[in-house]
Amino acid sequence: QGRFRISHHALDRTVREAISNPNDHKTLGALRPLSSAVVESLSLALKMPFKRYVEIGRVAFVTYGKEYGRLVVIVDVIDQNRALVDSPEMVRGQINFKRLSLTDIKIDIPRVPKKKTLIDAMETADVKNKWENSSWGRKLIVQKRRASLNDFDRFKVMLAKIKRGGAIRQELAKLKKADVA
Amino acid sequence: MGNFRFHQYQVVGRALPTETEEHPKIYRMKLWATNEVRAKSKFWYFLRKLKKVKKSNGQVLAINEIFERKPTKIKNYGVWLRYQSRTGYHNMYKEYRDTTLNGAVEQMYNEMASRHRVRQHCIQIIKTATIPSKLCKRESTKQFHDSKIKFPLVFKKVRPPFRKLKTTYKASRPNLFK
Repeated sequence: QGRFRISHHALDRTVREAISNPNDHKTLGALRPLSSAVVESLSLALKMPFKRYVEIGRVAFVTYGKEYGRLVVIVDVIDQNRALVDSPEMVRGQINFKRLSLTDIKIDIPRVPKKKTLIDAMETADVKNKWENSSWGRKLIVQKRRASLNDFDRFKVMLAKIKRGGAIRQELAKLKKADVA
Repeated sequence: MGNFRFHQYQVVGRALPTETEEHPKIYRMKLWATNEVRAKSKFWYFLRKLKKVKKSNGQVLAINEIFERKPTKIKNYGVWLRYQSRTGYHNMYKEYRDTTLNGAVEQMYNEMASRHRVRQHCIQIIKTATIPSKLCKRESTKQFHDSKIKFPLVFKKVRPPFRKLKTTYKASRPNLFK
């Protein structure tokens, strides 16, 4: 990886420590935040296992609290623990990173955009579709559906499962017969 | 927005009018307290130290709570305070990054308690101000003045989304990465 040589004099001691111990999470944690250029070069040189970064435009999923289950966009970073977060249906507010789960989706927005700019950017990046087609998004939709079934629906699901099991077993029997023969 | 422990109040008061002084000077203070009663008490405490007036020969003319003008905008707050340590009084200047002044003041009280073991009643806020990014002094606030800020979340604590799902034992080991 000769192209991505980092000048060690340009980086300070903590960064140098992190480079020499790439698996030491404690020094890596103390590094944040770094300027984006340094992070890029580090992640290429170290092959840092981090693919999802807290950055302006990162879409995150709220995993705790009143806003549970909502997709929000990180619009600015307040400090080490909190981000300013926005979404088309909510008032812009702060949220702790501990309540967020970063997703793979990132949209292109300036720092702290107006609501309209944010909505337009989300449309162009097609966040809703990307989310619903991702495996994480699909799982959530299925979970929601299952939780909202009524008894009749569960009965129908039971019949469908039996039918599916029967079809699988038929195919398996056919394959076994073909194998033996 | 926030459930703040410390509210900012504006207290306006003056000495009671007497025959010698028909219209005494009116003083206004902006201070932080947990409730209005405490705010009025603090007002008299400070005013007594500055002017020759006490609660018994004075009156509070108005007390209003001050709310944040723009609670969705991130600001750098500088707080000047005077606190009592075990050995004497000291002045301090601290910087906080927050969306509201009440939030920054709450951060300040928490930090003073944790870093210096100073309790709430031993802290006097001299002054607070919103500081533009250029004039910030502390590295820990200046490191967030990056429009292209980017960092990974290194350690993800697995947390049940509501307390009902919280159990002592879990079926599988948690995934702490991402």
